[in-house]
Amino acid sequence: MTLERRPVYLYDGTLEGFLCCVYESYARKEIPCEITSENGQTLLAEDASWIITDWDHAQKVYVSLDRKITMEAQDFIRKAFLIDDPDREMLMYRFIRMGYRYGRRVMDMLTDDTVGRLIRAVRGLEREAHSYMGFVRFTVYDQVMVSCIRPKNRVLPLLAPHFEDRFPEESFLIYDRTYRMAAVHKPEGTVLTSLDKLVLPPIEDSERAYHELWRCFQRTIAIESRTNPRCQMNHMPKRYWEELTEMP
Amino acid sequence: MDVYEKLTILTDAAKYDVACTSSGSDRAGRAGAVGNAVACGICHSFAADGRCISLLKVLMTNSCIYDCKYCVNRASRDTRRTAFTPEELAELTIQFYRRNYIEGLFLSSGVLKSPDYTTERMTRAIRLLRDGYRFNGYIHVKAIPGTSPELLRELGLLVDRMSINIELPSESSLRALAPQKESSAILRPMGLITSGIAENRSDLALYRHAPRFVPAGQSTQMIVGATPDSDHRILTLSEGLYKKYALKRVFFSAYSPVVEDPLLPSVFTTPPLLREHRLYQADWLMRFYGFSAEEIVSERYPNMNLAIDPKCNWAVRHMDEFPVEVNRASYERLLRVPGIGVQSARRIVQARRSGALDFDGLKKLGVVMKRARFFLTCSGKCAPDVTDDPEEVIRGLLSEKDRRMLPAATGEQLSFLDLPGIASGAARLLLPAGATTESREGGIML
Ligand code: SF4
Repeated sequence: MTLERRPVYLYDGTLEGFLCCVYESYARKEIPCEITSENGQTLLAEDASWIITDWDHAQKVYVSLDRKITMEAQDFIRKAFLIDDPDREMLMYRFIRMGYRYGRRVMDMLTDDTVGRLIRAVRGLEREAHSYMGFVRFTVYDQVMVSCIRPKNRVLPLLAPHFEDRFPEESFLIYDRTYRMAAVHKPEGTVLTSLDKLVLPPIEDSERAYHELWRCFQRTIAIESRTNPRCQMNHMPKRYWEELTEMP
Repeated sequence: MDVYEKLTILTDAAKYDVACTSSGSDRAGRAGAVGNAVACGICHSFAADGRCISLLKVLMTNSCIYDCKYCVNRASRDTRRTAFTPEELAELTIQFYRRNYIEGLFLSSGVLKSPDYTTERMTRAIRLLRDGYRFNGYIHVKAIPGTSPELLRELGLLVDRMSINIELPSESSLRALAPQKESSAILRPMGLITSGIAENRSDLALYRHAPRFVPAGQSTQMIVGATPDSDHRILTLSEGLYKKYALKRVFFSAYSPVVEDPLLPSVFTTPPLLREHRLYQADWLMRFYGFSAEEIVSERYPNMNLAIDPKCNWAVRHMDEFPVEVNRASYERLLRVPGIGVQSARRIVQARRSGALDFDGLKKLGVVMKRARFFLTCSGKCAPDVTDDPEEVIRGLLSEKDRRMLPAATGEQLSFLDLPGIASGAARLLLPAGATTESREGGIML
């Protein structure tokens, strides 16, 4: 493997596209210095090459995660792709290289900088998705329930299946303002789609009445002699408040 | 009275019940139904007192024929009374659930007319939710002591969790403060639920589709600080309940004075929150860390040291068990080290498979080195920054939370006296066998 050439790989921003970058790096026997889908500045970089997304190549790499590392590695890489880290592609790339070298043992290398950072980030993603299972608030517009969130990580792919299972007969939409993605569920099925803007009709009075009932409950359930705003804030950080019906 | 007003009264009257968890049931959604249940539970909001809101926690009614002295709903108290109809309650629950405000319902009630009459009303509301609205989410119901076994059995098939509150940790306290309740009226139904769950388990082994009886198990609650009962009493009772009745959880509730009564702490006392916190820590040690109640408190020392968490307290009193060698110690021994939790102990066991761990590595695994460093060696070496300065040691052993809670814990007796002893105990660890240390007097900053 020649180390002199450290090109920048550009790909289409999909997981398949990323896996193709891994494939190409082995095919071309080179190690990229950056893998990115943000083709602003980097396009001008001297040594940038556009990696075409080839489904077969992606599939080969995906299968190799199971065969050469462990089955968990597949799930892990799928989740790692959702984390909020500017270096996520290179972290994943290095993780996969280490996995090919050490096999399943790589999953135990918690104190290694690459592996540790990636595992911690995935844990953070899972924690955030779990928080949102509770913090999502639906407002009912006619027959559709709508919720907006502003997550750090790309939590929608983890969140949607939970609500799909919970409300099979309902129609709902969860809008991720950070990544401009929406999960749209109808009784026939769920789709994830990108969505630039969401404009909502005014909230009806009958719906407002439920918002009031909920605020009333949330206020009344607290025991005054135990008031502890700091503890409340620790469990429910301010960044979630924007979308919480019950918070100011 | 409209639903808004009813909700206000019946929430206010229910808020002293602690349990709000939605854990223990794992149930996928079903076509045509609303809801599922997630084993680990989900918190939906946090109230101004910092407690998790997971369930719609309300009473069916706050009227009660009994007169338990510590209770806001006691018959002799002058307060507004109301009741939900089963229809109102079912509708409210489902509408909250759809909007993802809650994980389900936690229903309890004052006793209206008789225990059986009350239970029948609660059952009607819950049946309406399950059959009418096809609600498949979480339901926790507090059973009314004195309800007939048939009615309890019927109710148990509709809900995820059932609880019967012990309320007071001893027979004598119960006699004094809740003269109409007997501990047998609490323990009998508890036993009934336990055997119901056990029978159901064998039914399920035979017929996979047998209806589930209280699948998330039962829990109970004790009021702390209303009576002179010691931590020893409370913890051995809890341990017994876990063993004998296979309870899933025992909850503790720091007594918030609600009524003036010569038998109760004055209405001006603040709830003993630090003591409650320590009891939960001790409970945690018994459930997940393999501690027995007697290791935490004893006849001789019936109360916990409020100034320090019970695990640290145990550790400094058992210095002969330390230091623990991180790269060889069993999972169980790692669990006993202050600063190592269930998660970090697991990670240590996992990570050392790929190579020996050093102190830097431990930090990355989430071990709280500030505390753990006094009790560990890595490949035979002590942590580089351990000192035998008692003040340093104490500062290391107290968590952020400990230090925050200490000054706030007015009205509670803190035994600081023990701290120098603890510190020199910890310091001894760092010296070669046979060496002695003098404990420095005074000057302990908290
Ligand atoms: S029976 Fe329950 S609701 Fe009634 S007074 Fe006693 S504790 Fe309160």
